[in-house]
Amino acid sequence: MTRTPAALVVGGAIVGIVVAAALLSFVWTPYDAVQVDPGTRLAPPGFAHWLGTDTFGRDVVSQLLVGARTTLFVGVVAVGLAGVVGTPIGILAAMGPPWLGELVMRTNDLVLAFPALLLAIMFGAVYGPSTLTAMVAIGIATVPSFARLARGGALQVLATEYVLAARSAGRPRTAIAVRHVLPNIAGLLLVQASVSFAIAVLAEAALSFLGFGTRPPTPSWGRMLQEAQQFLYLKPELALWPGLAIAIAVLGFNLLGDGLRDRFDPRLADRR
Amino acid sequence: MVLQLVRRTAVFAVSLVVASVVAFAFMSVLPGDPARVALGVNATEEAVAATRAAFGTDRPLVVQYLDWVGGLPVGDFGRSYVTAVDIGPQIVDRLLVTTWLVLSGMAVALVVAVPLGVLAAMRHRSAGGTVISAFSQVGVAVPSFLAGILLVTVFAVRLGWLPSGGWVPPAQDPVEFLRRLVLPALALGLVQGAVLTRYIRSAVLDVLREDYLRTARSKGLTPGRALVRHGLRNAAIPVVTVLGLQLATLLVGAVVVERVFVIPGLGSLLLDGVANRDLLLVQGVVIVIVLAVLVVNFLVDVAYTVLDPRLRRAT
Repeated sequence: MTRTPAALVVGGAIVGIVVAAALLSFVWTPYDAVQVDPGTRLAPPGFAHWLGTDTFGRDVVSQLLVGARTTLFVGVVAVGLAGVVGTPIGILAAMGPPWLGELVMRTNDLVLAFPALLLAIMFGAVYGPSTLTAMVAIGIATVPSFARLARGGALQVLATEYVLAARSAGRPRTAIAVRHVLPNIAGLLLVQASVSFAIAVLAEAALSFLGFGTRPPTPSWGRMLQEAQQFLYLKPELALWPGLAIAIAVLGFNLLGDGLRDRFDPRLADRR
Repeated sequence: MVLQLVRRTAVFAVSLVVASVVAFAFMSVLPGDPARVALGVNATEEAVAATRAAFGTDRPLVVQYLDWVGGLPVGDFGRSYVTAVDIGPQIVDRLLVTTWLVLSGMAVALVVAVPLGVLAAMRHRSAGGTVISAFSQVGVAVPSFLAGILLVTVFAVRLGWLPSGGWVPPAQDPVEFLRRLVLPALALGLVQGAVLTRYIRSAVLDVLREDYLRTARSKGLTPGRALVRHGLRNAAIPVVTVLGLQLATLLVGAVVVERVFVIPGLGSLLLDGVANRDLLLVQGVVIVIVLAVLVVNFLVDVAYTVLDPRLRRAT
Protein backbone atom coordinates (compact mmCIF):
# COMPACT_ATOMS: atom_id res chain seq x y z
CA MET A 1 0.00 0.00 0.00
CA THR A 2 2.82 2.37 0.82
CA ARG A 3 4.65 1.43 -2.38
CA THR A 4 5.91 4.59 -4.09
CA PRO A 5 4.44 4.84 -7.59
CA ALA A 6 7.02 4.52 -10.36
CA ALA A 7 5.71 7.71 -12.01
CA LEU A 8 6.47 9.61 -8.82
CA VAL A 9 10.06 8.39 -8.79
CA VAL A 10 10.76 8.99 -12.49
CA GLY A 11 8.87 12.29 -12.58
CA GLY A 12 10.50 13.46 -9.39
CA ALA A 13 13.94 12.57 -10.73
CA ILE A 14 13.38 14.44 -14.01
CA VAL A 15 12.03 17.51 -12.23
CA GLY A 16 14.99 17.27 -9.84
CA ILE A 17 17.41 17.32 -12.76
CA VAL A 18 15.71 20.36 -14.34
CA VAL A 19 15.76 22.20 -11.01
CA ALA A 20 19.41 21.23 -10.47
CA ALA A 21 20.31 22.52 -13.96
CA ALA A 22 18.56 25.81 -13.24
CA LEU A 23 20.30 26.19 -9.88
CA LEU A 24 23.66 25.22 -11.37
CA SER A 25 23.28 27.97 -13.98
CA PHE A 26 23.38 30.57 -11.20
CA VAL A 27 26.87 29.55 -10.14
CA TRP A 28 28.38 27.89 -13.20
CA THR A 29 27.88 27.50 -16.95
CA PRO A 30 30.60 26.28 -19.35
CA TYR A 31 30.52 29.68 -21.11
CA ASP A 32 28.68 32.95 -20.71
CA ALA A 33 25.27 31.99 -22.11
CA VAL A 34 24.72 35.32 -23.87
CA GLN A 35 28.31 35.85 -25.04
CA VAL A 36 28.27 36.31 -28.82
CA ASP A 37 31.38 34.93 -30.52
CA PRO A 38 31.46 35.25 -34.34
CA GLY A 39 34.59 33.08 -34.43
CA THR A 40 32.76 29.97 -33.27
CA ARG A 41 29.47 30.30 -35.22
CA LEU A 42 27.58 27.01 -35.63
CA ALA A 43 30.44 24.96 -34.19
CA PRO A 44 29.77 21.20 -34.12
CA PRO A 45 29.53 19.36 -30.81
CA GLY A 46 32.98 18.65 -29.45
CA PHE A 47 35.28 18.93 -26.50
CA ALA A 48 35.18 22.74 -26.33
CA HIS A 49 31.42 23.03 -26.86
CA TRP A 50 29.70 19.79 -25.82
CA LEU A 51 26.58 20.42 -27.89
CA GLY A 52 28.12 22.97 -30.25
CA THR A 53 27.23 26.63 -30.69
CA ASP A 54 24.36 28.51 -32.30
CA THR A 55 24.36 31.02 -35.13
CA PHE A 56 25.77 33.74 -32.88
CA GLY A 57 28.50 31.48 -31.53
CA ARG A 58 26.77 31.09 -28.16
CA ASP A 59 27.38 27.83 -26.30
CA VAL A 60 24.30 25.57 -26.50
CA VAL A 61 24.86 23.82 -23.15
CA SER A 62 25.15 27.15 -21.33
CA GLN A 63 21.98 28.40 -23.00
CA LEU A 64 20.10 25.22 -22.08
CA LEU A 65 21.12 25.59 -18.42
CA VAL A 66 20.06 29.23 -18.21
CA GLY A 67 16.94 28.35 -20.23
CA ALA A 68 15.94 25.90 -17.48
CA ARG A 69 16.05 28.83 -15.07
CA THR A 70 13.78 30.90 -17.31
CA THR A 71 11.34 28.02 -17.72
CA LEU A 72 11.14 27.30 -13.98
CA PHE A 73 10.85 30.98 -13.12
CA VAL A 74 7.88 31.44 -15.45
CA GLY A 75 6.30 28.22 -14.19
CA VAL A 76 6.71 29.03 -10.51
CA VAL A 77 5.31 32.54 -10.84
CA ALA A 78 2.44 31.56 -13.16
CA VAL A 79 1.36 28.49 -11.19
CA GLY A 80 1.94 30.27 -7.89
CA LEU A 81 -0.26 33.15 -9.02
CA ALA A 82 -2.95 30.74 -10.18
CA GLY A 83 -2.84 28.78 -6.91
CA VAL A 84 -2.81 31.81 -4.64
CA VAL A 85 -5.73 33.43 -6.50
CA GLY A 86 -7.68 30.35 -7.54
CA THR A 87 -7.65 28.34 -4.30
CA PRO A 88 -9.31 30.97 -2.04
CA ILE A 89 -11.82 31.74 -4.78
CA GLY A 90 -12.72 28.06 -5.01
CA ILE A 91 -13.03 27.60 -1.24
CA LEU A 92 -15.08 30.78 -0.98
CA ALA A 93 -17.36 29.54 -3.74
CA ALA A 94 -17.88 26.29 -1.82
CA MET A 95 -18.54 27.91 1.56
CA GLY A 96 -20.52 30.92 0.37
CA PRO A 97 -24.12 31.14 -0.81
CA PRO A 98 -25.08 29.03 -3.87
CA TRP A 99 -25.29 32.06 -6.18
CA LEU A 100 -21.64 32.85 -5.44
CA GLY A 101 -20.62 29.31 -6.36
CA GLU A 102 -22.59 29.58 -9.59
CA LEU A 103 -21.07 32.97 -10.40
CA VAL A 104 -17.54 31.69 -9.81
CA MET A 105 -18.08 28.64 -12.01
CA ARG A 106 -19.56 30.71 -14.86
CA THR A 107 -16.69 33.22 -14.62
CA ASN A 108 -14.33 30.25 -14.72
CA ASP A 109 -15.88 29.03 -17.95
CA LEU A 110 -15.53 32.49 -19.42
CA VAL A 111 -11.85 32.77 -18.51
CA LEU A 112 -11.30 29.32 -20.03
CA ALA A 113 -12.58 30.71 -23.34
CA PHE A 114 -9.43 32.87 -23.41
CA PRO A 115 -6.61 30.31 -23.75
CA ALA A 116 -3.23 31.20 -22.17
CA LEU A 117 -1.58 31.73 -25.51
CA LEU A 118 -4.29 34.09 -26.72
CA LEU A 119 -4.24 36.05 -23.46
CA ALA A 120 -0.46 36.36 -23.63
CA ILE A 121 -0.65 37.62 -27.21
CA MET A 122 -3.30 40.17 -26.16
CA PHE A 123 -1.16 41.28 -23.20
CA GLY A 124 1.84 41.41 -25.52
CA ALA A 125 -0.07 43.58 -28.00
CA VAL A 126 -1.02 46.07 -25.29
CA TYR A 127 1.97 46.09 -22.93
CA GLY A 128 4.70 44.75 -25.20
CA PRO A 129 5.91 41.14 -25.04
CA SER A 130 7.96 40.21 -21.97
CA THR A 131 8.51 37.45 -19.44
CA LEU A 132 6.15 39.29 -17.10
CA THR A 133 3.23 39.45 -19.55
CA ALA A 134 3.76 35.77 -20.37
CA MET A 135 3.75 34.79 -16.68
CA VAL A 136 0.67 36.85 -15.86
CA ALA A 137 -1.23 35.56 -18.89
CA ILE A 138 -0.39 31.92 -18.16
CA GLY A 139 -1.25 32.51 -14.49
CA ILE A 140 -4.65 34.03 -15.24
CA ALA A 141 -5.48 31.24 -17.67
CA THR A 142 -4.60 28.68 -14.97
CA VAL A 143 -6.71 30.23 -12.19
CA PRO A 144 -9.92 28.39 -13.24
CA SER A 145 -8.33 24.94 -12.84
CA PHE A 146 -7.38 25.74 -9.26
CA ALA A 147 -10.69 27.40 -8.44
CA ARG A 148 -12.68 24.48 -9.81
CA LEU A 149 -10.58 21.90 -8.01
CA ALA A 150 -10.59 23.80 -4.71
CA ARG A 151 -14.35 24.23 -4.88
CA GLY A 152 -14.97 20.55 -5.61
CA GLY A 153 -12.57 19.40 -2.90
CA ALA A 154 -13.93 21.90 -0.37
CA LEU A 155 -17.53 20.80 -1.00
CA GLN A 156 -16.50 17.23 -0.18
CA VAL A 157 -14.68 18.24 2.99
CA LEU A 158 -17.55 20.47 4.11
CA ALA A 159 -19.92 17.49 3.93
CA THR A 160 -17.86 15.41 6.39
CA GLU A 161 -18.91 14.83 9.98
CA TYR A 162 -15.88 16.42 11.58
CA VAL A 163 -16.59 19.70 9.81
CA LEU A 164 -20.20 19.44 10.94
CA ALA A 165 -18.91 18.93 14.48
CA ALA A 166 -16.58 21.91 14.19
CA ARG A 167 -19.45 24.00 12.86
CA SER A 168 -21.81 23.04 15.63
CA ALA A 169 -19.04 23.81 18.13
CA GLY A 170 -19.20 27.33 16.79
CA ARG A 171 -15.84 27.47 15.00
CA PRO A 172 -15.73 30.51 12.70
CA ARG A 173 -15.84 29.89 8.95
CA THR A 174 -12.31 31.10 8.30
CA ALA A 175 -10.98 28.69 10.93
CA ILE A 176 -12.82 25.83 9.26
CA ALA A 177 -11.45 26.86 5.88
CA VAL A 178 -7.86 27.10 7.13
CA ARG A 179 -7.82 24.23 9.66
CA HIS A 180 -9.96 21.65 7.91
CA VAL A 181 -10.57 22.43 4.26
CA LEU A 182 -7.13 23.56 3.15
CA PRO A 183 -5.08 20.68 4.66
CA ASN A 184 -7.50 18.16 3.20
CA ILE A 185 -7.34 19.50 -0.34
CA ALA A 186 -3.60 20.26 -0.24
CA GLY A 187 -2.76 16.95 -1.94
CA LEU A 188 -5.17 17.61 -4.79
CA LEU A 189 -3.78 21.11 -5.19
CA LEU A 190 -0.24 19.75 -5.34
CA VAL A 191 -1.26 17.38 -8.14
CA GLN A 192 -2.88 20.28 -9.98
CA ALA A 193 0.22 22.41 -9.47
CA SER A 194 2.42 19.77 -11.06
CA VAL A 195 0.13 19.30 -14.06
CA SER A 196 -0.31 23.08 -14.44
CA PHE A 197 3.45 23.46 -14.32
CA ALA A 198 3.78 21.16 -17.31
CA ILE A 199 1.21 23.25 -19.19
CA ALA A 200 3.01 26.45 -18.18
CA VAL A 201 6.31 25.11 -19.52
CA LEU A 202 4.61 24.33 -22.84
CA ALA A 203 2.93 27.73 -22.96
CA GLU A 204 6.14 29.60 -22.16
CA ALA A 205 7.98 27.67 -24.87
CA ALA A 206 5.25 28.41 -27.41
CA LEU A 207 5.21 32.10 -26.49
CA SER A 208 8.99 32.46 -26.68
CA PHE A 209 8.87 30.62 -29.99
CA LEU A 210 6.40 33.21 -31.29
CA GLY A 211 8.40 36.08 -29.80
CA PHE A 212 5.83 36.84 -27.09
CA GLY A 213 7.74 35.52 -24.11
CA THR A 214 11.17 36.11 -22.70
CA ARG A 215 13.03 38.78 -24.67
CA PRO A 216 16.49 38.34 -26.09
CA PRO A 217 19.23 38.01 -25.03
CA THR A 218 17.87 36.06 -22.00
CA PRO A 219 18.06 32.41 -23.13
CA SER A 220 14.81 30.48 -23.31
CA TRP A 221 14.16 27.07 -24.80
CA GLY A 222 11.29 28.29 -26.98
CA ARG A 223 13.36 31.01 -28.60
CA MET A 224 16.32 28.67 -29.08
CA LEU A 225 13.94 26.51 -31.10
CA GLN A 226 12.70 29.45 -33.11
CA GLU A 227 16.25 30.54 -33.93
CA ALA A 228 17.21 26.97 -34.79
CA GLN A 229 14.30 26.67 -37.22
CA GLN A 230 16.11 28.95 -39.67
CA PHE A 231 19.02 26.50 -39.78
CA LEU A 232 17.08 23.26 -40.20
CA TYR A 233 18.73 22.58 -43.56
CA LEU A 234 22.19 23.33 -42.21
CA LYS A 235 22.20 22.21 -38.57
CA PRO A 236 19.00 20.36 -37.64
CA GLU A 237 20.44 19.22 -34.29
CA LEU A 238 20.30 22.82 -33.05
CA ALA A 239 16.51 22.39 -32.86
CA LEU A 240 16.83 19.00 -31.22
CA TRP A 241 18.43 20.12 -27.93
CA PRO A 242 15.93 22.78 -26.81
CA GLY A 243 13.13 20.56 -28.13
CA LEU A 244 14.33 17.66 -26.01
CA ALA A 245 14.71 19.95 -23.00
CA ILE A 246 11.09 21.14 -23.32
CA ALA A 247 9.70 17.63 -23.85
CA ILE A 248 11.69 16.15 -20.96
CA ALA A 249 10.69 18.91 -18.55
CA VAL A 250 7.00 18.57 -19.49
CA LEU A 251 7.20 14.79 -19.23
CA GLY A 252 8.77 15.15 -15.78
CA PHE A 253 6.06 17.42 -14.41
CA ASN A 254 3.28 15.31 -15.94
CA LEU A 255 4.73 12.11 -14.46
CA LEU A 256 5.21 13.81 -11.12
CA GLY A 257 1.55 14.89 -11.22
CA ASP A 258 0.43 11.35 -12.08
CA GLY A 259 2.59 9.92 -9.31
CA LEU A 260 1.30 12.39 -6.75
CA ARG A 261 -2.27 11.62 -7.78
CA ASP A 262 -1.71 7.91 -7.26
CA ARG A 263 -0.19 8.71 -3.90
CA PHE A 264 -2.96 10.99 -2.71
CA ASP A 265 -5.83 9.11 -4.30
CA PRO A 266 -4.96 5.40 -4.28
CA ARG A 267 -8.46 4.55 -5.54
CA LEU A 268 -7.44 5.92 -8.93
CA ALA A 269 -4.11 4.14 -8.96
CA ASP A 270 -5.07 1.18 -11.13
CA ARG A 271 -6.98 3.30 -13.59
CA ARG A 272 -4.05 4.89 -15.26
CA MET B 1 -34.35 18.85 -20.51
CA VAL B 2 -35.91 21.86 -22.28
CA LEU B 3 -35.41 23.95 -19.16
CA GLN B 4 -31.78 22.81 -19.01
CA LEU B 5 -31.25 23.81 -22.65
CA VAL B 6 -32.87 27.20 -22.15
CA ARG B 7 -30.64 27.81 -19.15
CA ARG B 8 -27.50 26.81 -21.04
CA THR B 9 -28.46 29.01 -23.96
CA ALA B 10 -28.92 31.97 -21.61
CA VAL B 11 -25.50 31.36 -20.03
CA PHE B 12 -24.00 31.07 -23.51
CA ALA B 13 -25.56 34.39 -24.61
CA VAL B 14 -24.30 36.19 -21.50
CA SER B 15 -20.82 34.69 -22.00
CA LEU B 16 -20.75 35.99 -25.57
CA VAL B 17 -21.60 39.51 -24.45
CA VAL B 18 -19.07 39.52 -21.61
CA ALA B 19 -16.35 38.07 -23.85
CA SER B 20 -16.94 40.79 -26.45
CA VAL B 21 -16.77 43.48 -23.74
CA VAL B 22 -13.49 41.99 -22.46
CA ALA B 23 -11.95 41.85 -25.94
CA PHE B 24 -13.05 45.42 -26.68
CA ALA B 25 -12.01 46.83 -23.31
CA PHE B 26 -8.62 45.15 -23.53
CA MET B 27 -7.69 46.90 -26.74
CA SER B 28 -9.25 50.20 -25.69
CA VAL B 29 -7.22 50.61 -22.49
CA LEU B 30 -4.16 50.97 -24.66
CA PRO B 31 -2.44 54.32 -24.22
CA GLY B 32 -2.06 56.32 -27.41
CA ASP B 33 -4.42 57.57 -30.05
CA PRO B 34 -4.84 55.46 -33.22
CA ALA B 35 -5.37 58.62 -35.26
CA ARG B 36 -2.09 60.14 -34.06
CA VAL B 37 -0.29 56.84 -34.64
CA ALA B 38 -1.68 56.66 -38.18
CA LEU B 39 -0.66 60.23 -39.06
CA GLY B 40 2.72 60.34 -37.39
CA VAL B 41 4.21 62.88 -35.00
CA ASN B 42 4.18 65.86 -37.36
CA ALA B 43 0.43 65.89 -38.01
CA THR B 44 -1.53 69.04 -37.20
CA GLU B 45 -4.26 69.02 -34.54
CA GLU B 46 -6.90 69.56 -37.24
CA ALA B 47 -5.70 66.58 -39.24
CA VAL B 48 -5.68 64.38 -36.12
CA ALA B 49 -9.20 65.51 -35.22
CA ALA B 50 -10.40 64.80 -38.75
CA THR B 51 -8.84 61.33 -38.75
CA ARG B 52 -10.29 60.66 -35.31
CA ALA B 53 -13.72 61.53 -36.68
CA ALA B 54 -13.11 59.31 -39.71
CA PHE B 55 -12.09 56.36 -37.47
CA GLY B 56 -14.97 57.12 -35.12
CA THR B 57 -12.61 57.11 -32.14
CA ASP B 58 -13.84 60.55 -31.05
CA ARG B 59 -17.11 59.01 -29.89
CA PRO B 60 -17.71 57.71 -26.35
CA LEU B 61 -16.35 54.18 -25.74
CA VAL B 62 -19.84 52.76 -25.19
CA VAL B 63 -20.95 54.00 -28.61
CA GLN B 64 -17.77 52.62 -30.20
CA TYR B 65 -18.36 49.26 -28.54
CA LEU B 66 -22.01 49.05 -29.62
CA ASP B 67 -21.02 50.03 -33.15
CA TRP B 68 -18.31 47.34 -33.26
CA VAL B 69 -20.41 44.60 -31.67
CA GLY B 70 -23.41 45.48 -33.84
CA GLY B 71 -21.33 44.84 -36.94
CA LEU B 72 -20.08 41.41 -35.84
CA PRO B 73 -23.21 39.37 -36.67
CA VAL B 74 -23.05 40.58 -40.29
CA GLY B 75 -19.30 40.04 -40.52
CA ASP B 76 -18.45 43.74 -40.26
CA PHE B 77 -15.34 43.95 -38.08
CA GLY B 78 -14.59 47.54 -38.97
CA ARG B 79 -11.78 48.97 -41.05
CA SER B 80 -8.15 48.73 -40.01
CA TYR B 81 -6.62 51.98 -38.70
CA VAL B 82 -3.27 50.90 -40.06
CA THR B 83 -3.95 49.44 -43.50
CA ALA B 84 -7.38 51.01 -44.14
CA VAL B 85 -8.61 47.61 -45.35
CA ASP B 86 -11.90 46.03 -44.21
CA ILE B 87 -11.11 43.46 -41.54
CA GLY B 88 -14.11 41.14 -42.00
CA PRO B 89 -13.14 39.65 -45.39
CA GLN B 90 -9.54 39.09 -44.22
CA ILE B 91 -10.76 37.19 -41.17
CA VAL B 92 -13.12 35.05 -43.24
CA ASP B 93 -10.33 34.16 -45.70
CA ARG B 94 -7.89 33.25 -42.97
CA LEU B 95 -10.50 31.42 -40.89
CA LEU B 96 -11.09 29.10 -43.83
CA VAL B 97 -7.40 28.16 -43.92
CA THR B 98 -7.26 27.61 -40.16
CA THR B 99 -10.44 25.52 -40.29
CA TRP B 100 -8.80 23.17 -42.80
CA LEU B 101 -5.84 22.88 -40.49
CA VAL B 102 -7.89 22.28 -37.32
CA LEU B 103 -10.24 19.75 -38.91
CA SER B 104 -7.44 17.77 -40.54
CA GLY B 105 -5.55 17.85 -37.24
CA MET B 106 -8.64 16.56 -35.47
CA ALA B 107 -9.00 13.79 -38.06
CA VAL B 108 -5.39 12.71 -37.53
CA ALA B 109 -5.91 12.77 -33.75
CA LEU B 110 -9.01 10.56 -33.98
CA VAL B 111 -7.40 8.10 -36.40
CA VAL B 112 -4.49 7.73 -33.98
CA ALA B 113 -6.32 7.86 -30.68
CA VAL B 114 -9.44 5.73 -31.11
CA PRO B 115 -7.71 2.44 -31.95
CA LEU B 116 -4.77 3.08 -29.62
CA GLY B 117 -6.97 4.17 -26.71
CA VAL B 118 -9.31 1.19 -27.03
CA LEU B 119 -6.40 -1.21 -27.42
CA ALA B 120 -4.58 0.27 -24.43
CA ALA B 121 -7.70 -0.19 -22.30
CA MET B 122 -8.39 -3.76 -23.42
CA ARG B 123 -4.77 -4.76 -22.86
CA HIS B 124 -4.14 -2.52 -19.89
CA ARG B 125 -2.41 -5.24 -17.90
CA SER B 126 -0.15 -6.39 -20.73
CA ALA B 127 3.04 -5.02 -22.25
CA GLY B 128 1.19 -3.69 -25.31
CA GLY B 129 -1.02 -1.48 -23.16
CA THR B 130 1.97 -0.18 -21.24
CA VAL B 131 3.81 0.65 -24.46
CA ILE B 132 0.81 2.60 -25.77
CA SER B 133 0.48 4.45 -22.47
CA ALA B 134 4.16 5.33 -22.49
CA PHE B 135 3.89 6.50 -26.08
CA SER B 136 0.96 8.78 -25.25
CA GLN B 137 2.75 10.08 -22.15
CA VAL B 138 5.70 11.11 -24.32
CA GLY B 139 3.40 12.49 -27.03
CA VAL B 140 1.66 14.73 -24.51
CA ALA B 141 5.01 16.28 -23.62
CA VAL B 142 5.88 17.29 -27.20
CA PRO B 143 4.48 20.70 -28.16
CA SER B 144 2.92 20.83 -31.64
CA PHE B 145 5.46 23.34 -32.93
CA LEU B 146 8.29 21.02 -31.91
CA ALA B 147 6.53 18.12 -33.63
CA GLY B 148 6.25 20.37 -36.68
CA ILE B 149 9.94 21.19 -36.69
CA LEU B 150 10.89 17.52 -36.28
CA LEU B 151 8.52 16.51 -39.11
CA VAL B 152 10.00 19.18 -41.37
CA THR B 153 13.51 18.02 -40.51
CA VAL B 154 12.72 14.43 -41.44
CA PHE B 155 10.24 14.66 -44.31
CA ALA B 156 11.23 17.94 -45.94
CA VAL B 157 14.92 18.44 -45.16
CA ARG B 158 16.25 14.86 -45.01
CA LEU B 159 13.92 12.91 -47.28
CA GLY B 160 12.62 15.77 -49.42
CA TRP B 161 9.23 14.07 -49.80
CA LEU B 162 7.07 17.00 -48.79
CA PRO B 163 7.35 20.80 -48.87
CA SER B 164 8.53 22.41 -45.63
CA GLY B 165 5.75 24.98 -45.59
CA GLY B 166 3.50 27.35 -47.48
CA TRP B 167 -0.12 27.11 -48.51
CA VAL B 168 -2.01 26.43 -51.74
CA PRO B 169 -5.82 26.78 -51.73
CA PRO B 170 -7.60 23.49 -52.57
CA ALA B 171 -9.46 25.06 -55.50
CA GLN B 172 -6.21 26.12 -57.12
CA ASP B 173 -4.33 22.81 -56.97
CA PRO B 174 -5.86 19.98 -54.91
CA VAL B 175 -2.75 17.78 -54.99
CA GLU B 176 -0.36 20.52 -53.90
CA PHE B 177 -2.93 21.56 -51.27
CA LEU B 178 -2.83 18.08 -49.74
CA ARG B 179 0.95 17.84 -49.95
CA ARG B 180 1.25 21.05 -47.97
CA LEU B 181 -1.46 20.09 -45.49
CA VAL B 182 0.07 16.74 -44.48
CA LEU B 183 2.89 17.91 -42.20
CA PRO B 184 1.02 20.66 -40.32
CA ALA B 185 -1.97 18.34 -39.86
CA LEU B 186 0.32 15.63 -38.49
CA ALA B 187 2.08 18.13 -36.20
CA LEU B 188 -1.24 19.24 -34.72
CA GLY B 189 -2.95 15.86 -34.79
CA LEU B 190 -0.27 13.54 -33.42
CA VAL B 191 0.12 15.59 -30.26
CA GLN B 192 -3.64 15.90 -29.74
CA GLY B 193 -3.92 12.22 -30.54
CA ALA B 194 -1.57 11.43 -27.67
CA VAL B 195 -3.74 13.46 -25.28
CA LEU B 196 -6.92 11.91 -26.64
CA THR B 197 -5.50 8.38 -26.35
CA ARG B 198 -5.24 8.80 -22.59
CA TYR B 199 -8.85 9.97 -22.28
CA ILE B 200 -10.22 7.25 -24.51
CA ARG B 201 -8.24 4.63 -22.60
CA SER B 202 -9.64 5.73 -19.27
CA ALA B 203 -13.20 6.10 -20.65
CA VAL B 204 -13.07 2.58 -22.11
CA LEU B 205 -11.54 1.22 -18.89
CA ASP B 206 -14.49 2.68 -16.97
CA VAL B 207 -16.95 1.05 -19.34
CA LEU B 208 -15.15 -2.32 -19.20
CA ARG B 209 -15.91 -2.46 -15.47
CA GLU B 210 -19.65 -1.96 -15.97
CA ASP B 211 -22.12 -4.72 -15.17
CA TYR B 212 -23.87 -4.47 -18.53
CA LEU B 213 -20.66 -5.36 -20.27
CA ARG B 214 -20.27 -8.43 -18.08
CA THR B 215 -23.83 -9.35 -18.95
CA ALA B 216 -23.04 -8.96 -22.64
CA ARG B 217 -20.00 -11.19 -22.20
CA SER B 218 -22.06 -13.83 -20.39
CA LYS B 219 -24.47 -13.88 -23.32
CA GLY B 220 -21.55 -15.24 -25.30
CA LEU B 221 -20.18 -12.11 -27.00
CA THR B 222 -16.39 -11.87 -27.37
CA PRO B 223 -14.74 -9.05 -25.41
CA GLY B 224 -14.21 -7.01 -28.56
CA ARG B 225 -17.75 -7.51 -29.77
CA ALA B 226 -19.26 -6.68 -26.37
CA LEU B 227 -17.25 -3.48 -26.33
CA VAL B 228 -18.25 -2.45 -29.84
CA ARG B 229 -21.94 -3.29 -29.37
CA HIS B 230 -22.46 -1.92 -25.87
CA GLY B 231 -19.39 -0.16 -24.56
CA LEU B 232 -18.19 2.36 -27.12
CA ARG B 233 -21.40 4.34 -27.18
CA ASN B 234 -21.16 4.88 -23.44
CA ALA B 235 -17.46 5.59 -23.56
CA ALA B 236 -18.19 8.19 -26.24
CA ILE B 237 -19.92 10.61 -23.85
CA PRO B 238 -16.85 11.74 -21.88
CA VAL B 239 -14.76 11.58 -25.05
CA VAL B 240 -17.10 13.99 -26.85
CA THR B 241 -16.51 16.51 -24.07
CA VAL B 242 -12.75 16.18 -24.40
CA LEU B 243 -13.02 16.48 -28.19
CA GLY B 244 -14.83 19.77 -27.74
CA LEU B 245 -12.22 21.08 -25.37
CA GLN B 246 -9.51 19.87 -27.73
CA LEU B 247 -10.97 21.83 -30.58
CA ALA B 248 -10.09 24.95 -28.60
CA THR B 249 -6.58 23.64 -27.97
CA LEU B 250 -6.21 22.84 -31.67
CA LEU B 251 -7.31 26.33 -32.62
CA VAL B 252 -4.65 27.83 -30.39
CA GLY B 253 -2.10 25.20 -31.45
CA ALA B 254 -2.82 26.22 -35.04
CA VAL B 255 -1.62 29.75 -34.25
CA VAL B 256 1.84 28.37 -33.49
CA VAL B 257 1.88 25.67 -36.16
CA GLU B 258 0.93 28.26 -38.79
CA ARG B 259 4.07 30.11 -37.78
CA VAL B 260 6.22 26.99 -38.21
CA PHE B 261 4.81 26.19 -41.65
CA VAL B 262 4.29 29.78 -42.89
CA ILE B 263 0.57 29.21 -43.38
CA PRO B 264 -1.61 32.32 -43.91
CA GLY B 265 -4.27 31.42 -41.35
CA LEU B 266 -5.98 33.20 -38.50
CA GLY B 267 -2.93 32.82 -36.25
CA SER B 268 -0.62 34.50 -38.75
CA LEU B 269 -3.17 37.29 -39.16
CA LEU B 270 -3.25 37.76 -35.38
CA LEU B 271 0.53 37.86 -35.05
CA ASP B 272 0.88 40.23 -38.03
CA GLY B 273 -1.78 42.44 -36.44
CA VAL B 274 0.18 42.58 -33.21
CA ALA B 275 3.43 43.27 -35.05
CA ASN B 276 1.83 46.17 -36.97
CA ARG B 277 0.02 47.43 -33.84
CA ASP B 278 -3.22 46.97 -35.77
CA LEU B 279 -5.41 46.76 -32.70
CA LEU B 280 -8.80 46.63 -34.36
CA LEU B 281 -7.58 43.64 -36.35
CA VAL B 282 -6.22 41.94 -33.20
CA GLN B 283 -9.52 42.64 -31.46
CA GLY B 284 -11.40 41.06 -34.37
CA VAL B 285 -9.27 37.90 -34.49
CA VAL B 286 -9.41 37.53 -30.70
CA ILE B 287 -13.20 37.70 -30.64
CA VAL B 288 -13.43 35.15 -33.48
CA ILE B 289 -11.21 32.67 -31.61
CA VAL B 290 -13.04 33.20 -28.31
CA LEU B 291 -16.39 32.90 -30.09
CA ALA B 292 -15.30 29.63 -31.65
CA VAL B 293 -14.29 28.27 -28.24
CA LEU B 294 -17.57 29.38 -26.63
CA VAL B 295 -19.70 27.98 -29.45
CA VAL B 296 -17.92 24.62 -29.29
CA ASN B 297 -18.30 24.48 -25.50
CA PHE B 298 -21.98 25.31 -25.85
CA LEU B 299 -22.50 22.61 -28.48
CA VAL B 300 -20.70 20.08 -26.27
CA ASP B 301 -22.97 21.06 -23.38
CA VAL B 302 -26.04 20.60 -25.55
CA ALA B 303 -24.80 17.30 -26.95
CA TYR B 304 -24.13 16.14 -23.42
CA THR B 305 -27.62 17.01 -22.27
CA VAL B 306 -29.19 15.29 -25.25
CA LEU B 307 -26.91 12.22 -25.28
CA ASP B 308 -26.90 11.26 -21.62
CA PRO B 309 -30.31 10.04 -20.46
CA ARG B 310 -29.27 10.44 -16.81
CA LEU B 311 -28.70 14.16 -17.30
CA ARG B 312 -32.01 14.37 -19.11
CA ARG B 313 -33.90 12.97 -16.15
CA ALA B 314 -32.00 15.09 -13.66
CA THR B 315 -33.91 18.18 -14.70
